[in-house]
Amino acid sequence: MKVSLFITCLADQMFPEVGLSAVRVLRRFGCEVDFPEAQVCCGQPAFNSGYRDEARSVARTLLDAFEASEHVVSPSGSCTGMIHHYYEELFRDEPEALALARRLRDKTREFSQFLRQVLGIEQLAARFPESVTYHASCHGSRLLGAKREPLELLNMVEGIELRELPRCEDCCGFGGTFSVKLSDLSAAMADEKVTNIESTGARYLVGTDMGCLMNIAGRMRRRRVEVEALHLAELLDRALANAEGAKTS
Amino acid sequence: MIVPASRLTLKARAARALDDPFLRRAVGITVERLRSSRDRSAEALGHWETWRERGRAVRSHVIQNLDYYLAQFSTNFAELGGHVHFAADAAEAREIVLGIAERAQAKLVVKSKSMVSEEIEINHRLEREGIECVETDLGEWIIQLAHETPSHLIIPAIHKNRQQVKALFEEAGARGLSTETPVLAGFARRRLREHFLAADVGISGCNFAIAETGSVALFTNEGNGRMVTTLPKTHIVIMGMERILPTLADLELFANLLPRSATGQKLTTYLNLVTGPRRTAETDGPRELHVVILDNGRSRQLGDPEFREVLNCIRCGACLNVCPVYRQIGGHAYGSVYSGPIGAVLTPLLSPNDETRELANASSLCGACFEACPVKIPLHDMLVHQRRRNVEHAQSAVERGAFAAFALIFSGARRFAFLARLGRILDRIVRRFSGSAWLEKLPVLREWARHRPLPAPAARSFRERFRELEQKR
Repeated sequence: MKVSLFITCLADQMFPEVGLSAVRVLRRFGCEVDFPEAQVCCGQPAFNSGYRDEARSVARTLLDAFEASEHVVSPSGSCTGMIHHYYEELFRDEPEALALARRLRDKTREFSQFLRQVLGIEQLAARFPESVTYHASCHGSRLLGAKREPLELLNMVEGIELRELPRCEDCCGFGGTFSVKLSDLSAAMADEKVTNIESTGARYLVGTDMGCLMNIAGRMRRRRVEVEALHLAELLDRALANAEGAKTS
Repeated sequence: MIVPASRLTLKARAARALDDPFLRRAVGITVERLRSSRDRSAEALGHWETWRERGRAVRSHVIQNLDYYLAQFSTNFAELGGHVHFAADAAEAREIVLGIAERAQAKLVVKSKSMVSEEIEINHRLEREGIECVETDLGEWIIQLAHETPSHLIIPAIHKNRQQVKALFEEAGARGLSTETPVLAGFARRRLREHFLAADVGISGCNFAIAETGSVALFTNEGNGRMVTTLPKTHIVIMGMERILPTLADLELFANLLPRSATGQKLTTYLNLVTGPRRTAETDGPRELHVVILDNGRSRQLGDPEFREVLNCIRCGACLNVCPVYRQIGGHAYGSVYSGPIGAVLTPLLSPNDETRELANASSLCGACFEACPVKIPLHDMLVHQRRRNVEHAQSAVERGAFAAFALIFSGARRFAFLARLGRILDRIVRRFSGSAWLEKLPVLREWARHRPLPAPAARSFRERFRELEQKR
């Protein structure tokens, strides 16, 4: 299966390991992964702040980049949610772009949903003998309905000790520009999330969106909470490598 | 009294709330209880998503045919002997209510809880004419004694604890109270009974107006609604013009959706159906019954496809209880009668100005409000629409410039990759000489750095590393 990676601007510049992990995991499942270089950003920062024209000119980079792609996979529920939920409205007055936007929507999946729904992954040769708690990012779970998929995948990992995060579906306080426009309020929300994470006693925090994880991990560092934040792709990458290492040694 | 919240910016109002550990604790505990019991009662009912979808369908049908149902309701209400008044705005509604009270030679008015009466600020108007108004919902009475406004749609005194309530009751003349809930409620009960018996006029809101029967349905938990609507000689109902349901059969649907969404109750404790004034052979009920049907910006919402669905709202408060912003700052920080996500959407529609428009920013756009809404109003989308309108209306030159730069840099991959690389090099040079201290002084980054360390960009971007990976293959 041919798959194009939509890395997102944030992971491209700040968290390239997440993209590399996603590539390795997808290749392990037999996907041919490419990276169309014309992509930049989904346009969400401008869109959510009310700047439609600006959002449109940025979003167009994705329409062009993935025009020839069969499947598009992204390690962000938020950026995928932007394509699924708002591109229709964003391009409603431009018939050609709208047609491209609809095609892009239909072939784009968030990472965990792609593994479950498109690749149909039912089991994993993966091992991660650590305590892990999972935060459900708002846009992935609410705009895309990816409520079960990340947990289903985590549950396939051997040795993992999943600890339920209280109110795991509550927003971490990131919200893009919200985190700098109302920074104290955003930090208060992050604090509640961090306190809940601490209460699980888990060593790892797993999520499906680097915006949220950057926010939570930043707040954890400031509060000296020693929990490592990992994207689901990174955890699966490590867990698959662990299992393979165990087999070959 | 404290400085009116509306004169401060949203950020300043939020800061004031965040500095009040007592308020945050009180609000946090109560909304947690409310949303947990909402979850349980929705699950117990089963097929919740189907119920929500039916709720949305009925409300949308009403709103699309509002002229028809309003005419049917007012005809039936009048045929039963009630008086129907239409008010274009809050001022007109106030004068209508005042006129009725004056004709009834009222000295004392008792009220059951009504958000629309807060919207038109009726109490001040009546009191200016020497007519005393007493709120008889326990929470409303508490905030009336405190000279405050409700901080939650259905739990108006959510921000107060028992010690504060005791102090307020003592100011109102109570002696020897403890902070036990039954003791406090007992004092309120005794005092409010006196008011019920002495009142000349009762004012209530309206949860639903039934077009087919001309009835007004009231959902209450304390029984005060029954006193207000049966004891005084005159009963005035104030309702937003969107409160209509076509039939009593539709009420059954909302008798499930509303209490479960609001408090997690399977049923409301009291469900009153007021159908006309006292009839000849009857021994109780008001001799005169009025309904004031308020527009106050609602026609404008009706004509606005992006916001029309906000008229579907049944004022249950479920969106407040799940909102992570509301949970941290409570209702007063919104600086408006309606708070929480519904308040952030509704307030700039009811009174459009720069202060109310700013409320669109009081959200991380997490979508919890939409998920909790029993009639599926896409509040998170509406907040984005409102932000777009704010930008069309007026926006700071700095922000406009920032997004123009964003559009320029992020709309071409080569430009983006080149400038991002340049930025990373600069970032490294700056960090080598001053750590992140200098960066943390820059606008925007400063706001982030106040609460979290500034993350450094990766040494090489994904696009660079992927290229290398491909060359090695």
